[in-house]
Amino acid sequence: MVDTLALVAGGIVLLSIVIAFIRFVLGPDYMNRLVAFDAMTIMSLSVIVMASWFLDRMIYLDVALVYGLLSFLGVIAVARFGEGEL
Amino acid sequence: MAEIVGVVLALVGALFLLLASLGLIRMPDVYNRMQAGTKATTLGSILVFTGFAFLSPDHWPRFAILILFVFLTNPLSSHALARSAHYQGVPAVIPGKTGPEGTSRDDLADAKAAKGGQT
Repeated sequence: MVDTLALVAGGIVLLSIVIAFIRFVLGPDYMNRLVAFDAMTIMSLSVIVMASWFLDRMIYLDVALVYGLLSFLGVIAVARFGEGEL
Repeated sequence: MAEIVGVVLALVGALFLLLASLGLIRMPDVYNRMQAGTKATTLGSILVFTGFAFLSPDHWPRFAILILFVFLTNPLSSHALARSAHYQGVPAVIPGKTGPEGTSRDDLADAKAAKGGQT
């Protein structure tokens, strides 16, 4: 019961990553692609947390933390680059 | 009982993430997409983390650090994205009007006019 519902939640998050990737492909300019990329990285944090519970390896939570930190720094860097201040 | 609560929280968070990606597809504008793509993913991922913290309660400090991290950094990246888009002059789409002059107030244009058009 609990495993099935958690699998359903994981499937919904993977589907939402695929839908955000459609915006990443379609986006007219690169600001749209950057917004879609930010949303995709936040959603994949949830996927990593779910994988740490499904595979029973809690060290993946630290992986999720470092991944979120790196994606945050990347988005900040590209946004500042778009302003022309970098 | 705690497992049921955790799975229901994770399902609600996953639905919020799905709504965020649908907003990314359906919204007409960069700023509207930004609002859909950062606020809803903040709430959704915090709900998913809380749910999986209920599922594995031995590791709650790591989940608390993750929740605090997402809660602090996601509005910051949203602010940086909006500032970057506005500085590049990406137009906002207002129904019935076109272009950035459709917005009711533009502090950046006012500051540029006050400095004499030099930036």
